[in-house]
Amino acid sequence: MASDTTIHLSNVVVALGGFPALAGVTFGVGRGELVALRGANGTGKSTLLRLCAGLVPLTRGAAVVAGVDLLVNRVAVRPHVGLLGHRNGLYGDLTAKQNVQFVADLVGATASDVSSALERLGIDQRVASTSASLLSAGQRRRTALAALVVRRAQLWLLDEPHAGLDAAARRELDVILRDATASGATVLYTTHEIDQVAGTPRTITLDGGCVASDVASTIGSAR
Amino acid sequence: MSIYTATAAVPGAAARTGTRTTRVIGVLALVTTAFVVVSAFFLTPADSVQGDSVRIMYAHVPTAWVAYLAFITTAVASGFSLARRHRTLGFDRVAGASGEVGVLFMAMTLLTGSLWGRLTWGTFWQWDPRLTTTLFLFITYVGYLAVRRIDTDPRQRARRSAVIALLAVLEIPLVHFSVVLWRSLHQEASVLSPDGDVRLDDLMLFTLFAGVAAFTLIFAWLVIHRQRLTALADIRQTVGLDAAIALRRSETSGVVK
Amino acid sequence: MNVALSIARKDLQIEWRTRMLLARVVPFALLVMVLFAVALDSEPLVLRAAAGLVWLAMLFSTMLVVQRAFDIETADAAIDTLLACAVHPARVFFGKALALFVQLFALVVVLVTAAIVLYGVTVSGSRVVLLVTVVISATSGLALVGTLYGAVVANMNGRDSLLPLLALPVLAPLLIGASRATEAAFGSQTIDMANGWAWVGLLGVYGIVFGAAGSAAFSPLTESDS
Repeated sequence: MASDTTIHLSNVVVALGGFPALAGVTFGVGRGELVALRGANGTGKSTLLRLCAGLVPLTRGAAVVAGVDLLVNRVAVRPHVGLLGHRNGLYGDLTAKQNVQFVADLVGATASDVSSALERLGIDQRVASTSASLLSAGQRRRTALAALVVRRAQLWLLDEPHAGLDAAARRELDVILRDATASGATVLYTTHEIDQVAGTPRTITLDGGCVASDVASTIGSAR
Repeated sequence: MSIYTATAAVPGAAARTGTRTTRVIGVLALVTTAFVVVSAFFLTPADSVQGDSVRIMYAHVPTAWVAYLAFITTAVASGFSLARRHRTLGFDRVAGASGEVGVLFMAMTLLTGSLWGRLTWGTFWQWDPRLTTTLFLFITYVGYLAVRRIDTDPRQRARRSAVIALLAVLEIPLVHFSVVLWRSLHQEASVLSPDGDVRLDDLMLFTLFAGVAAFTLIFAWLVIHRQRLTALADIRQTVGLDAAIALRRSETSGVVK
Repeated sequence: MNVALSIARKDLQIEWRTRMLLARVVPFALLVMVLFAVALDSEPLVLRAAAGLVWLAMLFSTMLVVQRAFDIETADAAIDTLLACAVHPARVFFGKALALFVQLFALVVVLVTAAIVLYGVTVSGSRVVLLVTVVISATSGLALVGTLYGAVVANMNGRDSLLPLLALPVLAPLLIGASRATEAAFGSQTIDMANGWAWVGLLGVYGIVFGAAGSAAFSPLTESDS
C-alpha cells in the first residue's frame, strides 16, 4: 500500500452489540484529501468516523488508518487523529478558553496556539471566559472546533461539523478545513445534503452500512 | 436491534448444554453426594464436645473450599480474558459462571457457619478474622455479579468485571491481614474456644474429603453448563451477524439517491 | 508526568469554579459526624469512637467526590477527548487521583478539626506527627482506590449505588488501619503510639498496592467499544 494513503478500508464490518452499523465498507482516502461523507441518519457515518479514530473495534474486514492496522492495535492510531464527535467533549464547568487550553496542555501546544485558534473561530473575550455549559450550542461547537485546530492532527474526523453553526462560522470552518488539507492533513467529515464544504472534491454516500456511491462532487464548488 | 437478533436461527440439536463429560460428572456428583449425606448423618460419630452440630462441618468446609476455588477460577479466567485479544468473551463466560457459583457456595458457607456458631458459641456471628474476611469477600463478589448484570457492551463489561475480579484477589490478603491485626489488639476473651478444631477419626476425615469432592464435582457441573448456556446465547448472535449484515445492506433509506 | 499534572489541574479548576466540595461535600460530612454523635448519645462513647467516625465520614464523602470526578468526564464525552489525545491511561489515573487527594485532604482537615471541636478530642506533642502521617497516607489510599473504582463504574447505569458496593469492601483495610492509627494519635488508652505507627505501615503497603493496580488497570478500564 502506498504511504500516501491515509485511510484504507476493505470490507469493514463493525457490529455494535450485534447490530452491524457498518456492513462491508470499502474505500480509500489519500493523504491531503478532503472527503464528505453523506447519508441519512443511521446509515453508519458516525460509526465509520469512530472506527477511524480507534474508538470502536473492527468486527470483520481490514482497516489501516494513518499507517496503523486497526486489527492489530486500534489505540495506536489515536495520536494521529483529531475527532470532533456528535458530542463536543467539553467540560461544562470550565470556560471555553480553559477547555481549549487543556487540550493544548495535553498535546503540547502553546498559549499562542490557543489564542489564535480561539480567534479563528470567532470566540471573543467574553465567550472565552464563560463556562462552556452556559454557552449556546453554536458557541460550544466553535469551542470544540478550536480544540481540534489546536491538536494539529494528521487526520481530521468531523461528525456534522456544520450543525448549529451560523453562516459566518460555516464559511470560516470551510476555510479551516481547506487550510488543513493544504498543509497536508486529511479531512473526512459527515454531513447532510445541504451542508457541504465549498469545493469538496469527493463525496462518499453511505446507505445501509455500505458505500452507495463514491463520486467526484460538483455540489458546492460554486459557492 | 431485536429484529437483528431474532433472525438468528439456532439448530435445535446445538441448543443443549450437556455432553458426555457433564453426564459423567453429574453421575459422580450424585453418587458422592449420596455417600456424604448418609455418612455425615448416620455413619460418623457425634463430637464429644460439640455433639451432633459437628455434622454441619461436612457441608460447611466443602462449600468454603469450593467458593475459594470458584473465585480463583474467576480470577484466572479474568486474567486470560484481559490478556488475550481473541476469545476474550469465552474466558469472560467462564469467569462469570464461576463467580455466580462461588457466590452461591459462599452464601452457603456463611449460612452453615453461623448456624454452627449459634449452636457452639451461642452467637450467630463472631468478629473473627476468618469470618470477617469471608464476609467482605462475599460482598465483593455480590458487587462483581451486579456489574455483570449491567446491560452494556459485552466487551466493555468483560474488561471491567475482569478488573474487579483481579482486584478482589488482591483484596483477600489485605483484608485478612488487617483484620487479624485488628483483632489481635483486642485481648479477646477466648469465646472462640471451642474454635472448631475437631478431633477427626478416619471415617470423619474421609467423609469430609468426599464432601469436598462432591461439591467440587457439583461446581464443575454447574460452571460447564452455565458457561455453555451463555456461549449458546452468544453463538446465536454471531450466527445472526451474517443474516444481520445482509439485512442491513438491503436497508434503503430512500432519502439519499 | 506533565500530562498527569494538567489533568489534576483541570479537575481542581473545575472544583474551584463549582465549589462542589465546599457547598455539598463538607456540609454532608459534618452532618454525618453530628448524626453519629446523636445516634451514640454518650460523650465518652463518642470520644472513644471519634477516630473511626472521622474515617467513616471520609469514606462516605469519598463516594460523592469520586462520582463527580467521573461524571464530568462522561457527561459530554470529554473522556474521548482525553483518549483521542493519546494520553497514557496510567497518567489519567495518577492525574485524577492527585486531584482527588487534594480535595480529600482539605476535607479530612475539616473533619479532624470537627472531631476536636465536637467530640472533644485532643492532639498534642509527638502525636501530631503521627496524625499528619496517618492523614496523608490514608487519604492517598482513599484517592487511589476511589479513582480506580470510579473508573470501573464510570458511565454505567446505576453507578451511584454500584460504586459504594464495590469500593467500600476494598476500603475496609484502610478504614481499620486509619481508624486505629488515628485513635493512637488522639491519645486513646487502648492503643499506643508504636501500634499506631505499625498501622501507618499497613496504610503505606495498601497505597502502593492500589497505586500499582490502578496504573495497570486504567488501560482496559478506559477502552470504549461503542
